[in-house]
Amino acid sequence: MIEIRNVNKVFYQGERAINALSDINLNITQGCIYGVIGSSGAGKSTLIRCVNLLERPSSGNIIVDGIDLTLLSNQELTLTRRKIGMIFQHFNLLSSRTVFDNIGLPLELAGMNKKAIKLKVDGLLELVGLSDKSDSYPANLSGGQKQRVAIARALASDPKVLLCDEATSALDPATTLSILELLRKINQELNLTILLITHEMAVVKGICSEVAIIGDGKLVEQGRVGDIFAHPKTALARQFIRSTLDLSIPEDYRSRLLTEHVDNSYPLIRLEFTGASVDAPLISQVAREFNIDISILSSNMDYVGGVKFGLMLAEFFGAEDAAQQAIAFLKEHKVEIEVLGYVA
Amino acid sequence: MSLDSIFSWWGNNERLIALLVDALGQTLAMVFASGFIGFIFGIPLGVLLHLSKKSGLLENHALNKTLGIVVNIGRSIPFIILLVAIIPFTRFIVGSSIGTAAAIVPLTIAAIPFIARLVEGALLEVPSGLVEAAQAMGAKPRQIITKVLLPEALPGIINAVTITLVTLVGYSAMAGTVGGGGLGDVGIRYGYQRFDGTVMMITVVILVIETEIIQSVGDHLVKHVDHR
Repeated sequence: MIEIRNVNKVFYQGERAINALSDINLNITQGCIYGVIGSSGAGKSTLIRCVNLLERPSSGNIIVDGIDLTLLSNQELTLTRRKIGMIFQHFNLLSSRTVFDNIGLPLELAGMNKKAIKLKVDGLLELVGLSDKSDSYPANLSGGQKQRVAIARALASDPKVLLCDEATSALDPATTLSILELLRKINQELNLTILLITHEMAVVKGICSEVAIIGDGKLVEQGRVGDIFAHPKTALARQFIRSTLDLSIPEDYRSRLLTEHVDNSYPLIRLEFTGASVDAPLISQVAREFNIDISILSSNMDYVGGVKFGLMLAEFFGAEDAAQQAIAFLKEHKVEIEVLGYVA
Repeated sequence: MSLDSIFSWWGNNERLIALLVDALGQTLAMVFASGFIGFIFGIPLGVLLHLSKKSGLLENHALNKTLGIVVNIGRSIPFIILLVAIIPFTRFIVGSSIGTAAAIVPLTIAAIPFIARLVEGALLEVPSGLVEAAQAMGAKPRQIITKVLLPEALPGIINAVTITLVTLVGYSAMAGTVGGGGLGDVGIRYGYQRFDGTVMMITVVILVIETEIIQSVGDHLVKHVDHR
């Protein structure tokens, strides 16, 4: 549905050339929710703006629904954009128009008559759950409601593709969830292809079926979300996955942590379960087999795309050699182990 | 000079009152006619200045520079000099270089660049994201101007109208130089040249009231259309 071929984008800051995007290739199939994740400044915003040519790529092709946008005249491009919806981080609603008139704007632009606009907009208001806000102005809406209006507006001209430019980044976590839920609903009900960019792995985990990771203007990894979570190949991918888990050592433990083993101290261990880890009840097996006690300090396990993964902090109580054997056993079963220190 | 003296004067000077009423009519005619025509030319000029800017919708450096220079020249000429300097042009347009109609021409010429800059400023306030959103939904440039830029800038534009009309009230006082009449002219002739402080005071009070009305109507309208 969306094909991005050898796209490069160079910005010039005076004499200095900045490669915002280098040789990007992406193929997004009809009906999927595709996430592009990257830190700020990685080029993800430039990338999504290239898809509807708000930003013209320096080279390469953008093919949406079989049409190469880079070859179109300005006039043709304007008409083709009507089949590509877009929502933004800061909503970009017109403050001078009511909710109803904001949603009706794309239809007005297309020259639809008032009666047809009313019919269409009423349906969209219902879809996004804002029928009672029809005559309100955007200034009187909450962030989540504004984004719902923006989504309804983007859907008004029955697009084949929806581009989401950091659509949930300005929203609180609960509102983010409800907006993601809405996006999933329209993806299923309207069979709409969605391309979203974000810096939050949680968003990707929440609704995307495929993901690409972008860093420094280059695509470093792409694939099914489950695969990326299971077998991250690059450090950047691992870093984003970790960011959804976030396990740090509690302050009082950190102050008691010794680097060397002394008598009556026990190892504090970080266990990282990835898609490669053997799917077995390892913790209780280890405890039984090596006669140690395991005290879990904190744990963040998750299940995405058929894979269990996560991080765990635990103390291994028992004889020193038993703890070492337990660690070896876990390593054998592809659990990544890091001994953070010894707690007396 | 108390209010009483003004009232007693009012009863004894019917001929002067007729003169003041006439003068008020002339002031209003000058201010609103030049303001109206000024906006017909000034708003498109302001829009053009905004659009031709760097990374504007219709970026055109040469056009922007040229318009900018013309507007700046227009704004830097003192009105009293403009009034006299364009007499041949005024005569060409209205057939005479004296009278209220003749004063409207230089007032309009002075108003256009003033309005253009104010409108440009009002358009600058419209977040660029809105234009981008409109582009993304397939709006043609003309539609972006009429459906996004101008409606979103409307509070600022109404504010510009108010400021312009008030400024024109001031300018119109100088129109007496070319026989344009108006309250300012009466104030200068009776008050300054004939030392009649009462008449001058009355003209000033009427001008103050006029300004006050224009400003509050303007503020009210801005409040009505501003949903930001």
